[in-house]
Amino acid sequence: MRSVLIGLALAGAVSFQSPALAGGGEADGFLAERCSTCHQLEPPANPSLVVRTERKGPPLFYAGNKFRREWLEAWLQAPARIRPAGDFPPAHIKNGEKGDEVDKASLIDHPVLPPGEAAMAAELLAGKTANSVLIAAEAFEPVRISKRMGEMDFVKFKGCAACHKDTPKYGGVSGPELYTAWQRLKPEFITSYIRDPAAWEPRTLMPNLHLQTGAINKLASYLKLIGEKEGRGQ
Amino acid sequence: MRVRIILGAVLAFILANPGAQAADPDSGEALYRAYCVQCHGRDGQGSGLNAAHLKVQPRNHTDRAEMSARTDAELFKAIKFGGQAVNKSNLMPNWGGNLSDSEIHDLVAFLRQLCCQGESTGVGQ
Repeated sequence: MRSVLIGLALAGAVSFQSPALAGGGEADGFLAERCSTCHQLEPPANPSLVVRTERKGPPLFYAGNKFRREWLEAWLQAPARIRPAGDFPPAHIKNGEKGDEVDKASLIDHPVLPPGEAAMAAELLAGKTANSVLIAAEAFEPVRISKRMGEMDFVKFKGCAACHKDTPKYGGVSGPELYTAWQRLKPEFITSYIRDPAAWEPRTLMPNLHLQTGAINKLASYLKLIGEKEGRGQ
Repeated sequence: MRVRIILGAVLAFILANPGAQAADPDSGEALYRAYCVQCHGRDGQGSGLNAAHLKVQPRNHTDRAEMSARTDAELFKAIKFGGQAVNKSNLMPNWGGNLSDSEIHDLVAFLRQLCCQGESTGVGQ
């Protein structure tokens, strides 16, 4: 009788495993089937300018190094636009009255995933860690910084606001918004990407400002400050 | 023997001075359309997507008078090391970590097409 109960318990454990944990073809094929049209799931063999210009979404082969898993799972169920002008902004420009404008009609909205698929995708993507070496080289140390000084650093001294927004109302539109960066990105990804963007993507559109570690920690600490406030709905 | 020495010297010069090779404005245009139009605009007139958010307006690359006053070396320096390197705004970042010297020379060649039908100032090269 006891062996029967153990057998039933084992069978139950197996049947309640998530599809991702179960492994096999279904889970392996999920990312390829649902994500690979727009996202790179493996490092491109030839990361040329043409490959970059034709890309539809950010690469995911290092998603596990980049995203906070819990944020990713929630975002996939209610995807809000992070890149105001898409992944390759020059492909989404139209003429406006005062100059170029974002051609919003040309932007592709990310599909909404049901909770089960979002959990599966987040789990599978957490395993995409092609750039773990870059993460291991980082050790983010928060520094005390006031919002006013952080903003001045971000906008004026480093010029980040030329391409990025640090509030929903202020900043450039060609880069991803950064007022929720702290909620979605791992701290060591933030510092590593600022330190050497081309190490992550050879044809990145983000310049390398050659900043020292102290300056990088200062910028990341500002993103932490505004991200935590944004997360509290302030 | 003399021919070999001359060929060797020419080869060494080319390898040591990538900018000495003929810059390719077509390659420069492809780079411009990927890296520069966000701020300088699709038509190069300085009205890019980000321009409305910038406190200092991006350079109008079609302004012949303004661009003719800049040497190729100055344009190269501004692209590679950023606006501050030529006493301009730091909102123009340094692209030396993204683009090779050869690619920056290609960009300069395209800028000359954009502003001045390919004429170079010939100064400071």
